[in-house]
Amino acid sequence: MNIFIYDHTFEGLLTAIHDAMEMKINPDKIVSTKSFQDDLFAIKYNISAEYDKFEEIWKKVKDKTNEQSCQRIFKAYLSENAGIENVIYNYIKLIIETPHNIETDFSNDTVIKLNNLQKKVGREVHRMLMFTRFQKTIDDIYYASFDPKYNVIPLTISHFKNRFADQKWVIFDTRRKYGYYYDLENVREVTIGNQKVNLETGKADKDILHVSEKLFQKLWKSYYDSINIKERKNLKVHMQFLPKRFWKFLPEKDITNKMIAN
Amino acid sequence: MNQNTTNKLKILAGAAKYDVSCASSGSNRPNQGKGLGNASPWGICHSFTEDGRCISLMKLMLTNYCIYDCAYCINRKSNDIPRTTFTVDEVVNLTIEFYRRNYIEGLFLSSGIIKNPDYTMERMVRIAKELRQKHNYNGYIHLKAIPGANDLLHHKAGLFADRLSVNIEIATEPNLKALAPDKNFKSILNPMNTIKNRILENKEERRKFKHSPRFTPAGQSTQLIIGATPDSDKHILTLAGNLYNSNKLKRVYYSGFIPVNDYDKRLPVLKEPPLKRENRLYQADWLFRFYHFNIDEIVNDQHPDLDLEIDPKLSYALRNPWLFPVDINKASYETILRVPGIGVLSAKKIILGRRYGKLTIASLKKIGVVLKRAQYFITCNELKQPTVNELQPETVRQIMLSHNRPKVQNNRIIHKQLSLF
Ligand code: SF4
Repeated sequence: MNIFIYDHTFEGLLTAIHDAMEMKINPDKIVSTKSFQDDLFAIKYNISAEYDKFEEIWKKVKDKTNEQSCQRIFKAYLSENAGIENVIYNYIKLIIETPHNIETDFSNDTVIKLNNLQKKVGREVHRMLMFTRFQKTIDDIYYASFDPKYNVIPLTISHFKNRFADQKWVIFDTRRKYGYYYDLENVREVTIGNQKVNLETGKADKDILHVSEKLFQKLWKSYYDSINIKERKNLKVHMQFLPKRFWKFLPEKDITNKMIAN
Repeated sequence: MNQNTTNKLKILAGAAKYDVSCASSGSNRPNQGKGLGNASPWGICHSFTEDGRCISLMKLMLTNYCIYDCAYCINRKSNDIPRTTFTVDEVVNLTIEFYRRNYIEGLFLSSGIIKNPDYTMERMVRIAKELRQKHNYNGYIHLKAIPGANDLLHHKAGLFADRLSVNIEIATEPNLKALAPDKNFKSILNPMNTIKNRILENKEERRKFKHSPRFTPAGQSTQLIIGATPDSDKHILTLAGNLYNSNKLKRVYYSGFIPVNDYDKRLPVLKEPPLKRENRLYQADWLFRFYHFNIDEIVNDQHPDLDLEIDPKLSYALRNPWLFPVDINKASYETILRVPGIGVLSAKKIILGRRYGKLTIASLKKIGVVLKRAQYFITCNELKQPTVNELQPETVRQIMLSHNRPKVQNNRIIHKQLSLF
């Protein structure tokens, strides 16, 4: 059994794929250092990212397909799905080694698998664009917590940067405990050291909230309640489109806020 | 912004809620000069109310005072209800503050008619102008065009707004006159045509001068109330078809009538809003816009109303069984689109997928074809199951009704939501 162990970066994964293909070794397993469990009888290859090799593979894929296809692979990677590495290996190998472009060959299991995963990730990205809620803080930074199923914040940055170009913001992944800060110029990766954010509820501490913040949350809640048409009540659809796991981030659905509004 | 604003918000959002349009799509306004916001071409929902509708735009009325007395409207002048008016600043601030928190994609502003159409429209334009010019706001703006207002105001509105709309509400003129004596088709179609012509001119200008300002990049839309009058689906869809074709409308919305003024004897008594019919109309609209159907293939003199039990595509197939079965591996895209159980996406995938080899039942499943429905209308390599012709349309109809029943609810909703984006 051949196990390729890479350094938990996407570049590292592509380097591993590069080496496997070059050495013509079929990797039974490609795992990151984080999820690797030692196996006495396996032949192990330790791989760390080499930029040239990463570039080479990436270019080959791009030449055969297009930019979007590369995006799809990256999206599938962010699903953090167990075994995603081997799906990506199979997919890339298929793309590079098949004479025609197999991207749209929906009779192929690898193509379908990769597409389904990237679709799920895409859906989670979209949900972040929908349900991210900023809380304005005293230093005029707009803060948002999110708890995405997949590691999707990197895919949302350009959207928020374009849209909220004239306000400083932080978007924080409370599950993976890292986030991004936009300072009106650049976006940087950040962690949050102090106790000013509750990682359970996603809320910023009262004493760092801007004086107007609660008012606008309350106004938004009033709006939300007033726009509802009672005669058309349909809780089933409501729940389907607004799953409970997002409620704690939404001032309009949040129970603690409901008490404030009343 | 204080308690007073909260109260106004409750009243004026409540007054605006019967307008079903909430789409924020179709515009592609970049964030210019590092300002606030952009309009994304596909639109984003930010929340869902308990009635299952998407909240994308903040829908407000500038005022719910109105000098008109339309029978179907909660804000008609003869109703004794709390009335109030927003200041320009209040609407501007609410929009900006909500937008910055990612609550909304933008503003949808309509209004009752105060004093006269020009006065009302002028204030709406001022709000849009302040948002764009004072706050460098590039998010979505949808303004209601007020019938009877000066053309120049509509021209101005279109420079700031992504979309303009004029609601027709009632599909035939005599019925409109009966319920809304202050209105007539001419007064509604006038601004619609002004806007249409201005959009066409603007396209021409922008072909010549790339930088000439855009006029309502997301086009115009309208709304029709369903079930307040005896108008048939044929009346409604024929009007909609004309609006799409001749007036170049981007969207027609259908709004199941909610009896807000049940004292008015001109209005029908309904146990509940005709949501099923509303949904069927959206599906028919969808067939017209994305499935290459003509309106008279969906409704005509023999079938003036849509079948409430089954969707209009299935209904069409059962009425025209001789057009089926369709050979999945040979038929044209347009033909495949007409098969019940095959959507636009699946049809495209079929065309792509069959290049690599003959498609089988297994590959159709993977593509996402709903075989439970499609199987009676297709042939593909190995498939030898009875089709609609062997079974007779009525039998197929019964089969569909039986295994569809628990799911109808679901399909309805998904279709409806899709069409609202
Ligand atoms: S003009 Fe508009 S707001 Fe006034 S009563 Fe008629 S529908 Fe209602």
